[in-house]
This record gives sequence, C-alpha cells and structure tokens, in this order.
Amino acid sequence: MKHTIRCDIVSAQEEIYSGEASMIFATGAVGELGISPRHAPLITQLKPGPVRVQQPDGEEAFFFVGGGILEVMPHIVTVLADTAVRADDLDEAAALRAKEEAERELQDQTGEIEVAEAQARLLEAAAQLRALEQLRKKMSR
Amino acid sequence: MAGGKEITTKIRSIENTRKVTSALEMVSASKIRKSQDLMNATRPYARMIRRVMGHLSKANPEYRHPFTVRREETKKVGYIIVSTDRGLCGGLNTNLFKLVLGSIQEWQGKGAEVSLVTLGKKASAFFKNIKIEIAAHASNLGEKPQIEDLIGSIKVMLDAYREKNIDLVYVVYNDFVNTMTQHPVLEQLLPLPDTDDEEIRDIWDYIYEPDAEALLDTVLVRYIEADVYQAVLENLASEHAARMIAMKNATDNAGELIDELKLVFNKARQAAITQEISEIVGGAAAV
Repeated sequence: MKHTIRCDIVSAQEEIYSGEASMIFATGAVGELGISPRHAPLITQLKPGPVRVQQPDGEEAFFFVGGGILEVMPHIVTVLADTAVRADDLDEAAALRAKEEAERELQDQTGEIEVAEAQARLLEAAAQLRALEQLRKKMSR
Repeated sequence: MAGGKEITTKIRSIENTRKVTSALEMVSASKIRKSQDLMNATRPYARMIRRVMGHLSKANPEYRHPFTVRREETKKVGYIIVSTDRGLCGGLNTNLFKLVLGSIQEWQGKGAEVSLVTLGKKASAFFKNIKIEIAAHASNLGEKPQIEDLIGSIKVMLDAYREKNIDLVYVVYNDFVNTMTQHPVLEQLLPLPDTDDEEIRDIWDYIYEPDAEALLDTVLVRYIEADVYQAVLENLASEHAARMIAMKNATDNAGELIDELKLVFNKARQAAITQEISEIVGGAAAV
C-alpha cells in the first residue's frame, strides 16, 4: 500500500501545487485538519490560513490560502483555494461597490474626456484612411 | 506649385497616424501571448471544481440548489456583459452588443424585463445611452484581471437571482478562437445547465464540515465566479487579437495612402517644373 496521496492545490487564477504528499495540514471551518493517506472522504470549507504539504522526501511545501474548499477522495486531495479573503460582509461590501460604480458610471457624462477625445480623433483618422482606401479602389476600377 | 504644401501636410499627418497604429499593433501582439497564458492557467481550477460539483450532486441527489432549478416563468432576465475598456479593436464590441440586443429584444417581446451587469467601459457607455437598467458595473480590470474585482458585480446578479428578482442569467463575451477569429457568445449562467455526469464509481458519502447545503452553495458560487472570470480572460485575449488586426490593417492602409500621395506630390512637382520651363521657353521665344 502506498503511503502517499496525490494533492492538487488550485486557485481560479493558477495551479499552485500538484504532486504526491505524505501528509497535508490545513485550517478547516470547524478546526485544524491533518490528512494522511487513506483518510475518509471529506469535504470542508477552509478558513484563511496556511496549507502545509509534507512531501514524501520529507520536504514541506507551505502555501497561504484566503479560504476555499478542501475535498478528500480515496485517491486524491483537492484544494480549491480562494485568491481573495472571503467573508459575507466583505462580499456584501464588494457588491455595494459594484452597484455604486454603476450609478457613478450612469451619472458620469464628462469623465475622461481627454482620453476619449484623443481616441475619437484617432478613430476618425483610421476611418478616414479606410474611406479613402475604398474610394481609391472604386476610382481605379 | 499647386497643392504641394497641402499634400506634404497630409502626408505628414498620415505618417503620424501610422506611427500610432503600428505602435498599438505591436503592443497588442505582445499582449496576446500573456493573456492566452492567463486563460490556460484557469483551466485546472475549472476542471477540478466541476469534478467536486459532480461528486457533491451525486452524493446528494435529493437536494436541489436554487441555482440548478429551472423557473417556470421568466419575468426578468439578467445579462453579465463582458466588454473592453478601450476602443480601437475593430468590430469586437459592436458585434457583441448586437448579439445582446437581439436577445434583449427577444425577451422584451415575451414581456420580460432586463437588467445588466457591465464589465468594461464600452458596455456601460453603450447601454447607458439606450436606457437599459445597469445594476452593477466594474471596469479598469487591467492586463491581469483579478477575481476580487469581479466578486461584487457577480454577487449583485446572484443575490437578485436568489431573491427571485431575476429568473435567468446570461454571460456574454467574445470567445477567443485564435488570433484571427473571435466569436461573440451568449451563455446561460443561471440556472446552471445540466452537466453530463461522469461515470459513476462506487457510492460513498462524505464527511461534511459544516453541512452539505452550505458547501454546495459555496462551490456553486465559486464555480460561477470562475466561469465569469474565464469569460473576462477570453474577452481580454480577444480584445488584444482584434486590436492587433485592426491596427495592422490601419497601418497597411496608411502606408498605401502615403505612397499614393507621394506619387501625386511628385506629379504635381513635375507639372510645376514643366510649366515653369515652358513659360521660360515661351518667354524667350517672345523676346
């Protein structure tokens, strides 16, 4: 019987770790977890904190996760890590910000005029070029 | 010399435009690569979260999360529209908005209301002008969008869906096929379309901490966020590709135009010289 288990740690933005482990430590929603091979199937939320992976050669890999989900299957441990620290009130604040952003955007008639203007001018120039090109083709026909 | 000065001014102005367009082209070309790498980096997460979702739903066949239940009646439809912050990327945004407008009209024809979440300045600028409700907005996501910047906007939609203010949610973005091709796509985000179950292995049940329903909820929210995040990245890669092509065309056109104008200029100069000579010759003959 193997005394290691496969461990994958991923976040939405990147793959963080993938390899064999002899033991995995993490902070679960209801307490500290130590997972060794042949652990019973488990699924839990993680609290923000470190995840330690003991590799078979005795080395230890150390990651910080902002929360997430840990799943233990007979043959594999999967950590879906959050890149951001998540909490209900934090999410609520973010949602509020997004709403405010929408209102600001609706009222904002003048903002960033300069950039818009410069861009409009460039756009116009590009359009002119295209029009001239078409005209030229028509003339040469 | 007729029009000589005007022609040189025009040539110079087109040369300046060409400098800008070719710089933009090169910048976009170098960014495509990076945004593609970002796109690929999200794949493992999507794969694994789908697997966990599959396990969870198989272990709890009796529990139906609101996100997976189809509503009988659709009174209000939500759209998460992923657009760019900047223009000069050909018809990328326009094609996308056309697709959205078609779908909006269809739903409005059926008597449903519409609510939008816009990501990127172009979408908000467009839909604000045609007076469609914008519930939330996020922009300036940058070259390396962070999922944190999307959480708020997505939550606005999810909350509205939970409270049954919205019965159907779409996400709309440009799918990056390759550098030459990007397709606008409209995907149903909520209720979650049924997924094909992977092969059923032996039946087991988990130990849940804290409980199955809360966990499933968290997993589904993460899944939706990852989906939208992926859409943002696809759109970013599409933006760079479309801009590169648009600017390449503009640069080429400018080059051709400059050649043409130079020819006109040379002809005008030659005509002036010829005229001068014939005037002198004519004058000499008259004397």
